[in-house]
Amino acid sequence: MARYTPPEQSKAGQILDIAVVVVAIFVALWLPLKLGFAGAAKSIDPLDAKTWDALGQNATMASIWEKLGYTPETAHDIIQNRFHYIIDWPTLIIMAIVLIAYFVFLFRASDKEYREVINEKFDDK
Amino acid sequence: MTAAVETAQTTTIHGDRVSLLRVLGPAHVWALGVGIVLVGEFTGWNFSADKGGALAALIVCWVVGLLYTSVAMIDSEVTSTVAAAGGQYAQAKHIVGPLMAFNVALFLVFAYTMLEVSDAILLGDTIVAKAGIEGLTHNSFIAATIVVLAWLNYRGVLMTLNVNFVITAIAYVSIVILFFSVSPWTQGAVLKLNELVTPANALPYGWIGVIAAFQFGIWYYLGIEGTTQAAEEVRSPARSLPYGTMAGMITLLIAAAMTWYVCASLMPWEYLGITYYPLWDAGKLTGSPLLENLLFIATLLAALASANGCINDAARAWFSLGRDRYLPSWFSAVHPKYRTPYRSILFLLPIALAFAFIADLNQAITFSILSGVLQYTFMSINIMMFRKKWPLGSIRRGYTHPFHPLPAIVLFCLCMVTFFAIFLGFGSQLIAMTVFYFLISLWFHFYRYKFVRRGDQFSMPWPKPQGY
Repeated sequence: MARYTPPEQSKAGQILDIAVVVVAIFVALWLPLKLGFAGAAKSIDPLDAKTWDALGQNATMASIWEKLGYTPETAHDIIQNRFHYIIDWPTLIIMAIVLIAYFVFLFRASDKEYREVINEKFDDK
Repeated sequence: MTAAVETAQTTTIHGDRVSLLRVLGPAHVWALGVGIVLVGEFTGWNFSADKGGALAALIVCWVVGLLYTSVAMIDSEVTSTVAAAGGQYAQAKHIVGPLMAFNVALFLVFAYTMLEVSDAILLGDTIVAKAGIEGLTHNSFIAATIVVLAWLNYRGVLMTLNVNFVITAIAYVSIVILFFSVSPWTQGAVLKLNELVTPANALPYGWIGVIAAFQFGIWYYLGIEGTTQAAEEVRSPARSLPYGTMAGMITLLIAAAMTWYVCASLMPWEYLGITYYPLWDAGKLTGSPLLENLLFIATLLAALASANGCINDAARAWFSLGRDRYLPSWFSAVHPKYRTPYRSILFLLPIALAFAFIADLNQAITFSILSGVLQYTFMSINIMMFRKKWPLGSIRRGYTHPFHPLPAIVLFCLCMVTFFAIFLGFGSQLIAMTVFYFLISLWFHFYRYKFVRRGDQFSMPWPKPQGY
């Protein structure tokens, strides 16, 4: 197999490639934050009676909360802030499809490139 | 001469061939791995209690411990055989192919850079909380942490990892001191596990909460696989890497169990799940000013050690991409005096700073975990391909892990569970990041790959892989 000689990349081309990667990184990581996608569904289930007992805290728990500087009123929003796990099936299916498609492409395209590497490496000998 | 030494690669600077220095031993490998991870005991793991309760945090401590034991076993075999800077990147390049290697390097850079960001935020927040000064923000502490540690990494790997060894050891000893100071063998005196973790509150969300807790359970051990990044800088990769990695994993399993036991026995799960400083709070709740201050200092040291190791690892993964021309070769420069990948260190510095100011701790941790789990999924498939292409006996391995393919299957299954756990909290981010990796892979495969020298990608002195 003929040995592949890659083209030399200009300085401008190198700078452009770096810019592409940096922009992609920021878009991928920053956009979900900006659009408020990040974070699980967590909300406060309010209680009318704000006592340690109503909050489900026994005497030991209550004494620790107080040691940490909390009262039943200030601890209420922490204790009652709960996750509400609901499986959103359409999103789950989309996530599964995206992940599977990504890995399938990754392994197939890698294998194609790998064969070129192996052919050049071992056919040279 | 070992295979690794034979394949040590060099970079040309002003006509001279310059390579990374082989100066590290097993203790440095331990310090790199445990140093990166130990901060997870000081913050992060406890968010799994928020997701599923105190008992869920313990269950994932053990189950995720199994996941990482599989990671350490697999990694030890492959890395002791493919010993090159870039760690899993070099493994992917030799076993799966260039595109996979490109992706794995990005997983590594993202996981470590976001972990570094989390460390810096933790350090800044801890100092601000301790100071208790109105109007004091964490920004200056974050910036100082990232810049000073980048400078330390710029100046040399030996000094960087010597510092890591000392501060990691101090942080680890502080957990041991806390554990033995609270009479762990006697319930009721200081520790009150029976009264804090009751049948009614042990699993407040049931088993779905246990699965959700996997997301932050990863934080107990995330980064131990970073030991492989030192492959080109250890004196004896075949011995030091498996030894340092396995010793690190054992150390962390012990620390994680002690941390859970003390923290769950000292504070209600609702508080444990939201605090940024579970061990420091545990120190405070013992009523001992000595323990409180010790755990405060240890929290800072653990964050420093982790950020330090992350800069080291992320820069080496980025450097490897440049050296193989997967990214512009400008990044592959080795400092002529300090022998470090200085351009990669400097390039990643502003990216870490930017995210330290726009993401909060919880989000930065999730970014890091996402990239980590994608990488572990690759590792489970990678080891199967490695054994198939070069069966036992066909090449010299520094270490051969037992029970193959059980660790790979366990690892793959637990990765799937963790993806589902991430979906329960951060599904949109997982999709966004996967789409990013997909698009950047298309860019690499159809454009960037043309700049890569094909045959040079395979640098190990191995026979042709079976099936090719």
